[in-house]
Amino acid sequence: MSARHVLVLSGGLSPERDVSLRSGRRVAEALRSARPDWEVTEADVDAGLLPHLTAHRPDCVVPLLHGAAGEDGALRDVLETLDIDYVGSDAAGSRLAFDKPVASTLVSGTGIAVPEFVVLPQSTFRELGAPAVMQAVGDRIGFPLVVKPTRGGSALGVSIVRSAQDLPPAMVSAFAYGETAMIQRFIEGTEIAVSVIDSADGPTVLPSVEIVPESGMYDYHARYTAGTTEFFCPARLNDDVTQTVNDVALTVHAALGLSDLSRIDVIVDAEGVVWFLEVNVAPGMTETSLMPQSIAAADLSVGDVLARLIED
Amino acid sequence: MNAESSPSGSRLDPWVDSYAQRAKNISGSAIRALFAVASRPEVVSLAGGMPYVQALSMDQMADIAARVVREKGPQALQYGSGQGDVRLREQILDVTAEVGVHAHPDDIIVTTGSQMALDLVTRTFCDPGDVVLVESPSYVGALGVFRSYECDIVHVAMDDEGLVPSALSEAIATVRAQGKRVKLIYTIPSFHNPAGVTQGPERRQEILQIAQSAGIAVLEDDPYGLLGFEGEPPRALRADDAEGVIYLGSFSKTIASGLRVGWAIAPHGVREKLVLAAEAATLCPSNYAQLTVSEYLATEPWQEQIKSFREVYRERRDALLESLQAMMPEGTRWTIPAGGFYSWVTLPEGLDATAMLPRAISELVAYVPGTGFYVDGQGASSMRLSYCYPDPDRIREGVRRLSAVVETELEIARTFGTASSGSTLTDGESSTPGPDLA
Repeated sequence: MSARHVLVLSGGLSPERDVSLRSGRRVAEALRSARPDWEVTEADVDAGLLPHLTAHRPDCVVPLLHGAAGEDGALRDVLETLDIDYVGSDAAGSRLAFDKPVASTLVSGTGIAVPEFVVLPQSTFRELGAPAVMQAVGDRIGFPLVVKPTRGGSALGVSIVRSAQDLPPAMVSAFAYGETAMIQRFIEGTEIAVSVIDSADGPTVLPSVEIVPESGMYDYHARYTAGTTEFFCPARLNDDVTQTVNDVALTVHAALGLSDLSRIDVIVDAEGVVWFLEVNVAPGMTETSLMPQSIAAADLSVGDVLARLIED
Repeated sequence: MNAESSPSGSRLDPWVDSYAQRAKNISGSAIRALFAVASRPEVVSLAGGMPYVQALSMDQMADIAARVVREKGPQALQYGSGQGDVRLREQILDVTAEVGVHAHPDDIIVTTGSQMALDLVTRTFCDPGDVVLVESPSYVGALGVFRSYECDIVHVAMDDEGLVPSALSEAIATVRAQGKRVKLIYTIPSFHNPAGVTQGPERRQEILQIAQSAGIAVLEDDPYGLLGFEGEPPRALRADDAEGVIYLGSFSKTIASGLRVGWAIAPHGVREKLVLAAEAATLCPSNYAQLTVSEYLATEPWQEQIKSFREVYRERRDALLESLQAMMPEGTRWTIPAGGFYSWVTLPEGLDATAMLPRAISELVAYVPGTGFYVDGQGASSMRLSYCYPDPDRIREGVRRLSAVVETELEIARTFGTASSGSTLTDGESSTPGPDLA
């Protein structure tokens, strides 16, 4: 294998900048360790990026930007325009995956269970009157329900709402992160994250991670503070449910046209029904992130997995 | 559906059950993460409390640093006294004379920034559960220290002249009625961080009398005392009570924060304990940094430099206040600082500065939400704006962006008829900003 120049992109201007920088540093170190002869560099996404890409033309880019631009396909479109290879799903797949309602609708079309949801922009509440709209939504979806921004990750702006009186502040919190919110039925159950990696033999499911947050909610604090969430990898699921979870992950990966790597988040309810929640095309790679746990449980290393995807 | 295979999972931190109780609240938070974006040049940060060190002559600072190593290298690069360099302690008294504080060099202990002095004083005075009375709001870095020693922090009301004496008396009585002991009254009398207000001379005397009659030590934090925009620097509390006041000073705002040189002036008995505590913590403050400051004070016109800092900050304060007046929506209020770095802004009724922060960051302007300056959930409708670092044009642009964010937030509040008090962003210690923002 000849020496390669790999550029790890992280940072950006999204609220997940900090997470992205941590993911970027970790992946860059892992790649340097796995392939000492490669030149692995790191860059932020700013006005200097395009001149940098044009001047240095890396052999491959690893986009580890979370949130818009990194996951909504825009940056990948730019890389494709410049004819620069990158790891991960293409721009079209990223666009579908990043928009939670679009992804949920497409996944629902494959027969996978998706919790009922409605999607409402802020303007609808303003024009039709927020109390009436919230009343209608509450009646339709029922409590508890989940309010989340339609785009974005790390549970930022996400609230579990248990009664009608808590709905207005939850809507306000979600709208702080974007113009449109998704209001979805809350499914009581076990949170599971499944990582899918493409290989020469096709997409492969890694051991899934079961998430048990100390506080009961896998929010930002629970995600990025070591010790506040207990993880079981592989998840404590029986063989049948494990198989279903894996099938769901592979189906989502294929239905959205994803490639290289993705992480699918589901909830398994008391009856063993697997409900799709969301999918990530730039999964977190921090010390407390889920995909690195799955990679380790499969006796692989983050550096080797990424290096193979680059080599392929 | 669960199998019985795995008795316990991983929490990704093998030491999670070994931490002290006081360390358990130290964690990441969404707010702190948002500040990562504030460091990008596209963002106008009205959040950071970073002094404008660019106003210094870097050539002169380089000459001083080189001179210290060349002429005093063996001393500068060696361990030193736990109490601090004697010559520097003498020079510190020249500086504190500006605020009326006169003492003996032996009464001074030099520390790694006045933040370390805060830590030493708290460590020396407070057992877990002891009460510290603080202003409302109070300096976020002090709250962090008091919390780390498991103090019971009680906020006392302020007005446009700072700490309210009647509220102070009342708080002491209330706490004592609960069977608790007040160990310290922590106050920033001049150009308050974050409130931007200053205690008047009479107010200072009233506060001293209350503390004296209650037998409670006053911890006076005075990093901004020489940075007033008009008239003489306010007379420090310590100037009128050498036995009852522990005075904290710093070169962070008058020379350079990166040097990390501050000090405490304390009554003899207290000072002896502080020195022992300091030696246990760090052995001694950096000799190199101390000698650099000492050389600067001996060879540079430091009073002239402080004057030029004042001019820089006054121009920026004016830019902030004029912009707020011209652009912020009706119902917004702010304090008018007569010195220092900060104005405390209160949003129109119903708005929550913490919940609004993600929108502000998206619109490329940053501030510190008010809740970080309280331990009891107050401050949701307020924010601290700093004018010390961005130039006047950037300040005007920042306020323009901020006013648009507030207008949008007002529209959302009108739509939902709610104060967004259900913010999903975490409060408390985990929401406090890092050192560049404190």
